[in-house]
Amino acid sequence: MSLRQNFLIILVFFGMVLSGLIYLNSNQTRCNQQIIEQVFIEPKWKLKNFGLRSSPGIFYNQPSALVGRTDVASVTSWLAPIIWEGTFDATLIDIIYKQQNLTIATTVFALGKYTRFLKEFLESAEQHYFVGFRVHYYLFTDLPEEVPEVKMGENHSLTVRKVPSLNRWQDISMGRMEILEKLTENELANEADYIFCLDVDTKFYGRWGVETLGHLVGVIHPWFFDAPRDRLTYERRPESQAYIPAGEGDYYYTGAAFGGSLEDVHHLTKTCREQMSVDAANSIEAIWHEESHLNKYFLYNKPSKLLSPEYLWRDINAGAAQIKIIRFSHVAKNNAEVRPNP
Amino acid sequence: MQSPQGLNGKVIAVTPWLAPIVWEGTFDSFLIDSIYQQQNITIATTVFALGKYTTFLKAFLESAEQNYFVGFRVHYYLFTDHPEQVPAVKLGEGRQLTVLKVASSNRWQEITLRRMEKLEKLIESRLVNEADYVFSLDVDTKFYGRWGAESLGRLIGVIHPGYYQTSRKRFPYERRPESQAYIPAAEGDYYYGGAVIGGFVKDVYKVAKTCREQLDIDAAKSIEAAWQEESHLNKYFLYNKPSKVLSPEYLWQDFKPNTNEVKIIRFSQVIKNYAAVRPNP
Repeated sequence: MSLRQNFLIILVFFGMVLSGLIYLNSNQTRCNQQIIEQVFIEPKWKLKNFGLRSSPGIFYNQPSALVGRTDVASVTSWLAPIIWEGTFDATLIDIIYKQQNLTIATTVFALGKYTRFLKEFLESAEQHYFVGFRVHYYLFTDLPEEVPEVKMGENHSLTVRKVPSLNRWQDISMGRMEILEKLTENELANEADYIFCLDVDTKFYGRWGVETLGHLVGVIHPWFFDAPRDRLTYERRPESQAYIPAGEGDYYYTGAAFGGSLEDVHHLTKTCREQMSVDAANSIEAIWHEESHLNKYFLYNKPSKLLSPEYLWRDINAGAAQIKIIRFSHVAKNNAEVRPNP
Repeated sequence: MQSPQGLNGKVIAVTPWLAPIVWEGTFDSFLIDSIYQQQNITIATTVFALGKYTTFLKAFLESAEQNYFVGFRVHYYLFTDHPEQVPAVKLGEGRQLTVLKVASSNRWQEITLRRMEKLEKLIESRLVNEADYVFSLDVDTKFYGRWGAESLGRLIGVIHPGYYQTSRKRFPYERRPESQAYIPAAEGDYYYGGAVIGGFVKDVYKVAKTCREQLDIDAAKSIEAAWQEESHLNKYFLYNKPSKVLSPEYLWQDFKPNTNEVKIIRFSQVIKNYAAVRPNP
């Protein structure tokens, strides 16, 4: 055979080998894709059609269309109820929701020195928070050994989850969104109907019950329930994903308490986590951290129910005219002492 | 945080089980429309016009085209025993009307009772595939003002205009324990008008089916509730509370003078000569 023929044979052989490799590789990719598609399970959040059933023999005051609490707005302009004392009948609402056999998940984060708030938080919750309903607390901490022993009421349980320590309180605060995103996606999908995410440096002083349940629930910030929209402390730099222009905004919501159905809270936490990542990549941190992103989310995905500042107040020792009962409030803390950084 | 004003008087905008009560001044029409426009919904609307009640159709449909879910997809389902008397009314874009022929009856009470069954069957056979929400409205009425997306929700009742200031023991509920519609004197939230029922297709189905079943049980015992299916509806809504309640703006009566609280009449029962339109007294 001539040199040219040899060369051609080698070329053809090489071509065959190359084709073979390409073919095998593409087969492999398709196999991998198939495996990924089979393994990825659509999260299925429990979707019950929640009627509002009651039964004969339940007695309560007659509702009125004209007489009741008129010093505050009890509904938003998109017809979401705003919950204040005097707008709901606790006995009736408990009976209605008891029929639904619900589980309410509740997350709280206590990292570093914040574990010191746990005892009062949990003990007061056991007195006031969803009493008589099934509650599952998820307590995230880097110091599981510091979690106090608190006696849980009937149908209330607690799970401790260890998370890594962090050096910046802002990172701890913002990092909650990702943890909540994962929790609501996988684990809680079949275990809980509703979830609330609460700050731990707080205490319960009054009823927090089923009047708070809804698809997507925000809490009006106790320092801003009276302020005009241009004084609300939204993120004002267009470079941030949390940006809200002047002239827009409904309420200023607190990041210390929010909740809703599993699916809605998953969507909220996922979106906030994504927006915070984009900001981080652009070296910008929103003025009030995840609270800024939460406010952006609630502006364009309106809550189906709002809780008045009774549900997250400033200080048990200082009230306001419209606040007839303080149910849940920040406790006094020395920031310099408990935070890992200024 | 100002409380909503019916322009002058103050009104209560939420029930004790936290269902909004819809009054003028409690909602922002532009905002609410834009929220629901994103959802690409269809609103089915059933109306019954048997015998001489076809005379109400023209004013009902024409005023609906001016005021009722303007800008949304609406499908009217018109039950009548005289399809040839259905007037030709020009419908806006995205809106259509289907005429469904039904048998005549010589008792107006019978006609009103059979509505629940017809509604139940329509939902089963068509609405589950054709609509997101359904409203069932009386035909001897007219629209005078906006009726829009603020009225949408899972289960909707309207407060009867004659009883929004009445004590519950004086509501015209059915009071005989022998009837399935019986409500004892110490119970009751509002007196709801039978002229308006609405909500998700699935939820209105449950209302229609339950009421129809209760009506049949009563019929078998030869008992007819005080206000026919309105009595049964009130029983249903007492133990299956609406998720949203419409104020009497959404169901007025033309013969009533305006009041302090009801600043805008949106939908109202027209004055009619009972002897002239009903097949029997």
